[in-house]
Formats: sequence, C-alpha cells, structure tokens
Amino acid sequence: MTAQSAHGARFEAVGIPLAAILGAVALFAAFCALVGASPVGVFASIYKAGFGSWYSWQNSLLRASPLLLCGLATAFPARAGIITVGNEGAFVMGGLAAAAAGLVSAGGPPWWCLLTMAGAGGLAGGAWIACAAALQHYRGVNAVISSLLLNYIGIALLLQLVEGPMHDPESLNFPASYPIPQTHQLGHIPYTRVHYGLVFGVIACLIAWFLLERTVWGMSVKIVGGNERVARLVGLPLGKIVLTAAFLGGACAGLAGMVEVAAIHGRASQAISAGYGYVGILVAFLARQSPLRILVVSLILGAVLASGGILQRDHELPDATITVFEGILAVLASETLSGRFSFLRARPRAEIREMADVKP
Amino acid sequence: MTESKPHKRSAALTRRESLALLACAPLMAENRLPIGFVYNGPKNDLGYNQAHVEGKQQLKSLPYVRAFDEANVPETVAVEESMRDMIHQDGARVVFATSYGFLDPFVLRVARESPDVQFFHCGGAYHDGSDPRNVGVYFGFIDEVEYLAGMTAGLMTRTGRMGFVAAKPIPQVLRNINSFMLGARSVNPSATMRVVFTGDWVLPVREAEASSSLADQGADVLTGHTGSPRVIVQIAERRGIFATGYQFNQSVLAPRGFLTGAEWAWGVVYRRYAELIYSRRSVNDGSIPRRMTGTLKDEFCRLSRFGPAVSADRREAIALARQRLLDGSLAVYRGPLRDNMGKTVIPAGKTISIEDPALDSMNWLVEGVQGDVRA
Repeated sequence: MTAQSAHGARFEAVGIPLAAILGAVALFAAFCALVGASPVGVFASIYKAGFGSWYSWQNSLLRASPLLLCGLATAFPARAGIITVGNEGAFVMGGLAAAAAGLVSAGGPPWWCLLTMAGAGGLAGGAWIACAAALQHYRGVNAVISSLLLNYIGIALLLQLVEGPMHDPESLNFPASYPIPQTHQLGHIPYTRVHYGLVFGVIACLIAWFLLERTVWGMSVKIVGGNERVARLVGLPLGKIVLTAAFLGGACAGLAGMVEVAAIHGRASQAISAGYGYVGILVAFLARQSPLRILVVSLILGAVLASGGILQRDHELPDATITVFEGILAVLASETLSGRFSFLRARPRAEIREMADVKP
Repeated sequence: MTESKPHKRSAALTRRESLALLACAPLMAENRLPIGFVYNGPKNDLGYNQAHVEGKQQLKSLPYVRAFDEANVPETVAVEESMRDMIHQDGARVVFATSYGFLDPFVLRVARESPDVQFFHCGGAYHDGSDPRNVGVYFGFIDEVEYLAGMTAGLMTRTGRMGFVAAKPIPQVLRNINSFMLGARSVNPSATMRVVFTGDWVLPVREAEASSSLADQGADVLTGHTGSPRVIVQIAERRGIFATGYQFNQSVLAPRGFLTGAEWAWGVVYRRYAELIYSRRSVNDGSIPRRMTGTLKDEFCRLSRFGPAVSADRREAIALARQRLLDGSLAVYRGPLRDNMGKTVIPAGKTISIEDPALDSMNWLVEGVQGDVRA
C-alpha cells in the first residue's frame, strides 16, 4: 500500500460513515417533512431526548450498552473476512446459558454466580457464531445465511426451554425461567440508573481494539480478512484464526445476553430477544468494523433509540419512524459504498485503473 | 371624575378578568390529567395493541384528560425508560402498561421510583406486600364472548371441523380455545376443532402456514388467539371459508367470510379509571380497586358485529344465548366436562364461574379439541 492510498483508505473510513450519517439526516428530514412534522423540531427533540440533560444521557448510555457488545459481534469475524448477522441468536443463547448457569450457581456468593453467568454466556454466544464461521470456512456455507438462520433456531430454543425444562410454574401467562435471586443480579453504576453492562461494553471495545490493532494475532486476522490467498501463502493457520475471531465476536454478543438477564430481567424469557442483535449489525457496519468507532456509533444510535418515544408523543410521528431512520442509515452505511467514491480517495484516477488492471 | 371612577374600575376589572382568563388558558390545559400508554406492538395491528389504542382514543370524550402513547416498545429496559420519559418529560400522572411482560420488573421498578404516579398493568398479578402500592392491575374475562363466537361457528360449519391457530399453550389461550369449543358444541355436538400452536405471539408466516394446513384438512371455520389473528382471517377469506376474529374487529379483512369475533372494549375500562382518578381517587389508598376485572356484562369485551353470512335466525339464537349468559341461566364452564384425554375436569353438577381463580391455571383442552397442551 502506498502512503497515499493508505491515507485515502483512512479518509474513506471516516468519510463514508460521516457521509452516511449526514445523508441519512437529510433523507430523514425529507421523510419527516413528508409526514407533516418539522424536521428542525424533530432533530431538536432527538438531541433533547438523547443528550439534552444528564437524565437523557443516562437513557442513551443504557441503550448503548448492549449495542457496544453486539457491534463487536459482527466486527470481530468481519475483520477475518466473515460477515455474520447472527448477533441476535448469539445474544439469546448467551442469555439462556447465563440464566441456566446462574440458577445452578445461585447457592454461591454473588461474584461467583455472576462470573459463571458471564462465562457461560460468553461461551454459548461464542460457540454459536463459531459454528456459522466453521460452516463457511470448512464447508463453504455462506455465513450471512447460516448465521441469520441460527437466529431463528436460537429464539426457538429459548422459547422451548423457558416453556419446558426451565419453566417456572409461577409464570403462568408469561412463560419464563426461574428467577436469579435479586442479591445475585448485576447492579447499577453508583449515582446512575445505568447498569454495569456499559462498563463491560467499553472494556470489551478497548480490548478488541488492542487485540486487533496492536498484536500479531490482530495483524494475522487483518491478512486473513484482506486476502485469503496471501494468508495461505505466508502459512497462517487460517481455520484457527477465523474461528477465534468468530468465537470472540459471538462471546461479546453472548455477554450482552448475560447482562440482559443479570442486570435487567433477572431470568430468561422471550423478552430477552428485544432486537439488540440486529441493531448491533448496523453499529458494526456504521463503525466500519472498528472497535473504537463502535464506541461512538453505539452512543449515537443509543441516543436515536432513546428519542423514539418523544417523536411519538410530541410529534405524533408513527412508531416506525426510528426504524426508518435506522434503515436509511443501514443502506447508506453498507459495505457496498466503500471504494465507490473516488472523490473520497486522495489518489489520481490513473492509479485506480492501474490497480484494477493488476487484479486477477 | 368621581363619577367616572367606578366606571373605570369596572373596566379595569374586566381587563383584569380577561387577563386572568388568558393566563388561565394554558394553565387549564396543563391541569388536564396527563395519562401515558405504552404498547408492545404497532398501533395498527388490528389486534391486541390496536384494541388498546382504540380504548385510549375513547378518552378524547373526557375533556379533562390529556392522553399520549408510545407503540412498539420492547419488554426490556426500553419500557422503563419510556415510562420515565412520560413521567419526567410529559408529566404523566397515570401510566397504563398494556403488555404482559411490562410488569415485572419494569413497571414495579419505575413505580417504586415515582410513588405519586399511578400505574395500571393489563393482565398481570399483584403481589400484596412486596409490590409497590401505586400499582394496580386490570383485565377482562372474555370466555363468554368466545363461547358466543364458537356458537356462531358451530351453527355455520358444514364439515363439522374447525381450526384454531394459537400462540402458546398458556392458561389464557387454553380458556379461549375451550370456551370457543364449548360454544360450538352447545349447538353442534359432533363438531371438532384442531388446534395448532405456533409458539409465539406474532409469527405471521407460521400462522399463515397453520391456517392453510387447517383449511387443507377440511376445517371450514378458522379462528385463533395470537397477537392479531389478521393473517388467519385473511387466509380463511382467500380459501372461501369462514373466520371469527379475536382481540379487535377484523371484519374489514374478510367481507364475505367474517362471521363475528370476540373483541376487547378497553375504552370502557380507561374511561372508568380516568373518571376515578379525576375525582381524586387513587389506587394507593384503595379508593381505586387494586384489581379491576370485568366480563361481558361489565362491557369489558363484546361480540363483533355479525358478517353477512350469518342469517337472521342464527343471530337470534346467539342473541338469546347472550341474554342467558347475562342473566346467569347459562354458564360457559358447567359440568360434566371431560378433557380430550377422557379425564373429567369439571364434575357433573358443578359450575365454575369465569371469574373463579381456579380457571387461571387451566392446563387442559376440552373434549372435541384435537391438540396437545404440551405441543
């Protein structure tokens, strides 16, 4: 890579998400005007509900915390060249395993119970995504499809277990597992209503950044993701690298599921599948699979989610409004746009053509 | 000058009066009772959520109420935050949480934080002693209306076979299946009904598959209990067979084959709560009942208007049964009743009122229903 094109790639990495967000804002403003709401008022409300006060900051942070971990779930395997959308399934499996482990270890002290829950959640989520990655790597099954289908299997398993073996007969009309004792649940950060899941998410993003950007392993992941043939040529253990990356990603989603059970519901039920996994895919793509950018994007999307209510109540916009905004973002942030805007690259056109000629 | 003084004073008074009135206008608007609603699903689902939205809209008839709502709120920390926003940003004094999964731990948690706000939850159970005092629960018993809808189905079926698409084998759903079947068998003793459980509340594709397969097996009346039976009613219409609705009036989906349906009338409930709270009553001190429930008689639920396929004499028969249910000479759960495994579930001579808590743990399907509660 020449210094110039490296600079171009970096420019694109910032430019595309920025352009996506600005483009989405413009399209969304047009949408609001179409349905009869003042775009300025709507954005003012989004800001007010997302960042207007410490009170609304907490709301945004609360909603951002599962997104941090769910974003990593797509980002890790994507760095190794495998696109997965199985975040929701891994999230649900993590929550389910955490609830099961928590019930078994509830006899011990709280720290032990939470530790086993986190371990079980991470393992279950990691194994879940590693399955999809292994299917692609060894058997050529497209991981986008297999991980998507694994979501349905995960949710079906959850329903089956909370209505069957794990069912608490007390939960008559709302099937749920037996509850984890209140004393053994994950608490709140002092002086806030934000639970410790946020801390988990931030630490996970920092660890992910270190692993991917500052270690030999991270470099080899980058090579595998960049060009499989080169990776083979230099003798990298491809399967091991791909599976580890996928496992780490899935473990993050599984940990998010554990937090959902340990900090919010206190038990497993159909309610733990609230769609965070799907928003996590959007987070990862908007952040261009970079752990540090996931921190920023999660906060922005957390604020957007937090403002969903005020748009309905104060502007009488339909409840799908926020989904429309997310959808516009998803389309604009998708991978298809990268490399398409030559003006984003500080590189002469001739060089692009030259490079295109070299490609096999 | 002395003469003009009183005149001047009176003019000043009118001015002051008008100023006071002007100042009052926004205050009066602010003094309206702010009530927030949270729904789990979309407002236009022609089902469970829309029934609650329609109930909220009926509060428009009370000028002293300011009602606002939020739809598609997931049963997680999101609903907690929505309720907090309603209280802190919109000044809600009352919150109606309409989805089952909203109660524990979300409503309970926010209720503890805001003890001067009253919370009412649809369908949940209140635990005396441990749950906060500012929480109440409400629900309706719709078994009688399902019985009447089942009667209509029993009178209309030609094949004697009916189909029921259900979400989960939980007591609430089993009650509806059984009362529907009992109504059908009261007029058509050989009628049978096959039940398919889809596993979750909103699974349109699976509901459509189940409906089609029930139609393939010869069922000529379809009904169901899911978040919204819209797909079930649509498939029935497409296949040229009959359907009865649930939750909300689905007649627009099947102009030919819609017979009737069991629908909720939450407007009655919400108006009653609003009137009570406006007259300074509160669930905290018990001047509003902790648990408010009602039946057909209390107009918590109603039978949908009959479709064109139901003839006048059949409508009359059903109106008569309705009258008998209202005056108590007819009951839905009257022994002897056997379940579909042959076991007696209600002995001869015993009648269980639909308000009896014994029915809350129902785990059987009545004779004539083909299906398994463990499915």
